[in-house]
Amino acid sequence: MAPALNAYVAEWERAKPLRQHSGANGLASIREEALQEFVSRGFPTTREEEWRFTSVAPIAERMFALPLPSAADISASDIAPLRLPIPPAMELVFVNGRHVPALSRVGTLPEGSRVENLVTALATASDQIEPHLARTASVEQQPFVVLNTAFLDDGAWIQVPAGAILQEPIHLLFLSTGGIDNRPLMSHPRILAILGKNSQASVIETYAGTNGAQYFTNAVTDIVVGDNAILDHYKLQYDSPAAFHVGAIHVRADRSATYRSHSVSLGGALVRNDVVAVMNGEGAECMLNGLYAADARRLVDNHTTIDHAQPHCDSREIYKGILADHARGVFNGKIIVRPDAQKTDAKQTNRALLLSEDAQINTKPQLEIFANDVKCTHGAAVGQLDDEALFYMRSRGLSDASARRMLIHAFAADVLNRLPLEPVRMRVEERLQQQLARSLPAVA
Amino acid sequence: MLKVTNLHAAVGGHEILRGINLSIDAGEVHAIMGPNGSGKSTLARALAGHPEYQVSEGEALFEGENLFAMDPESRARAGVFMAFQYPVEIPGVHNAYFLKAALNAVRAHRGQEELDAVEFMALVHDRMKQLGIDESLLNRPVNEGFSGGEKKRNEIFQMAVLEPRLAILDETDSGLDIDALKIVAHGVNAMRRPDRAFLLVTHYQRLLNYVVPDVVHVLADGRIVRSGGKELALELEERGYGWLEAGASVGS
Repeated sequence: MAPALNAYVAEWERAKPLRQHSGANGLASIREEALQEFVSRGFPTTREEEWRFTSVAPIAERMFALPLPSAADISASDIAPLRLPIPPAMELVFVNGRHVPALSRVGTLPEGSRVENLVTALATASDQIEPHLARTASVEQQPFVVLNTAFLDDGAWIQVPAGAILQEPIHLLFLSTGGIDNRPLMSHPRILAILGKNSQASVIETYAGTNGAQYFTNAVTDIVVGDNAILDHYKLQYDSPAAFHVGAIHVRADRSATYRSHSVSLGGALVRNDVVAVMNGEGAECMLNGLYAADARRLVDNHTTIDHAQPHCDSREIYKGILADHARGVFNGKIIVRPDAQKTDAKQTNRALLLSEDAQINTKPQLEIFANDVKCTHGAAVGQLDDEALFYMRSRGLSDASARRMLIHAFAADVLNRLPLEPVRMRVEERLQQQLARSLPAVA
Repeated sequence: MLKVTNLHAAVGGHEILRGINLSIDAGEVHAIMGPNGSGKSTLARALAGHPEYQVSEGEALFEGENLFAMDPESRARAGVFMAFQYPVEIPGVHNAYFLKAALNAVRAHRGQEELDAVEFMALVHDRMKQLGIDESLLNRPVNEGFSGGEKKRNEIFQMAVLEPRLAILDETDSGLDIDALKIVAHGVNAMRRPDRAFLLVTHYQRLLNYVVPDVVHVLADGRIVRSGGKELALELEERGYGWLEAGASVGS
């Protein structure tokens, strides 16, 4: 076994007594099997197509520790700027991967809905939850999902019953801090969201960390959007610039379901986001709306797969990236149209704005079409800020920096404008502006 | 107000201006005419600070300040405005938002307080009414999808809001129908003031039927070959540029 894997196995053993959920029922064996699976496969390397441009060596080579059960020293005022700017139906706060009830906020949920931490949910509803855990732990999953299952402990369980309409959004806030005993921390949160028939909800995941802290977050979100249900799913990733973030989102959209993903990645030294959306019923709709920005030597990798398994499904995907300094971006957008998926209408756009000569993007659309009566389009564009537009704006009195900011903001606007919750969108815009203010002096 | 002395300027290594001398006093309207390629637009862009135009010799003093030592935004804040021959489309940036940011940058430089949204809209509506400009322009991205005439009117509208000391109009009249031309001319006439000057770069005499200049200059081959009163424009209309260009090449 490679030394890196040894360290993970040792930590897995060490943490056994610390786990909040003992692993009664099938959970212990699910973890155990996942660990063995992970050990036999190891971390992905750049020789694998899916990881060609993203080396995870910085993660594999570090010895991350699981946090102790005692919550880190985080107060309500640390959380305040990260809270949802509108009243939530529920706001679960996790510190280093563990739910902290004292920091969480409880609103009102429709009858029969459940929004709780995974430890509590497993104690009372393991029969409903375990099938999902086993499914996402299956062999076809990518290695980090398997790793997440091996270390599975806390996270969130969201269940919206048929016909329930959540007026307020559900917010899951994951905050990470610096390490213990000179060892950086890791967390492997698991989120399960099951929306019943005709239900409707907004779920917001926010990831953030103490500024400058190094840690590793490996999140897995598993979603089922039932018949005719609607989910707006936000993932707002504001991790510390030294953090590692790997996240996988798996979605199954049933008949006439609507799934909209809003993915914003602004933080992290090394970020890998996977979204896999399976259009599992006729007439399902899916929108993947993505924005990422990186500066310094940071890397953001977005891999998306939209799997049109059934006929008459529409998918719309737009990803935009802003890369400054020596930052690198990777975008891989796969669209599969299965033989049965006639009348598929799929549209993919990805654009990157390079703010410096040293910034880089590797972008690849990947269309696998096995049906003949379909509409599939894709477009990729990489560009710089328009010099003529910059001069025009400066000739009206705007400073070079504010002209650049305005143009960058305009570039991001069509992604941001698709975020349905305006107060959330405004927060995202503020974050983006702060980041640009930091990276622009290097550009000018 | 503006004093240009022996200005030489090049674009892409080609010298276009070969020694321009020009003096404009406050309150005056000067017209610069000349055939294609004579350097009219180069003069306008060099004065506005376009980065592709390199000044190799000479100077331009604006209110005693060396323009060529200032970046484009400093020139704008000091009161120099150029209406573009080809206004740039800026998708995603709203006209009103852009103009408010520009106006507040200019105001800050003048030591005036920033206008808030309400004050700004009041000013803007006033100017639009004065110029007969359609309000829908405000809520569209800057110049995006505008017709040629709308773009030129938008330039005049920006000028009316920013209230420069020196306005340079680079062929703002080209390609306009008579109604749009009248709007542009009306905008200039309404803004004429003893402490403001205009430099109209034009290819056609037609604009000068509506804006009466104090001085007309003829530019040929990078130099001013003739200056005169408004009657010079009429003479050019009748005789063309040939007689002056011949003179220019003899002189060079």
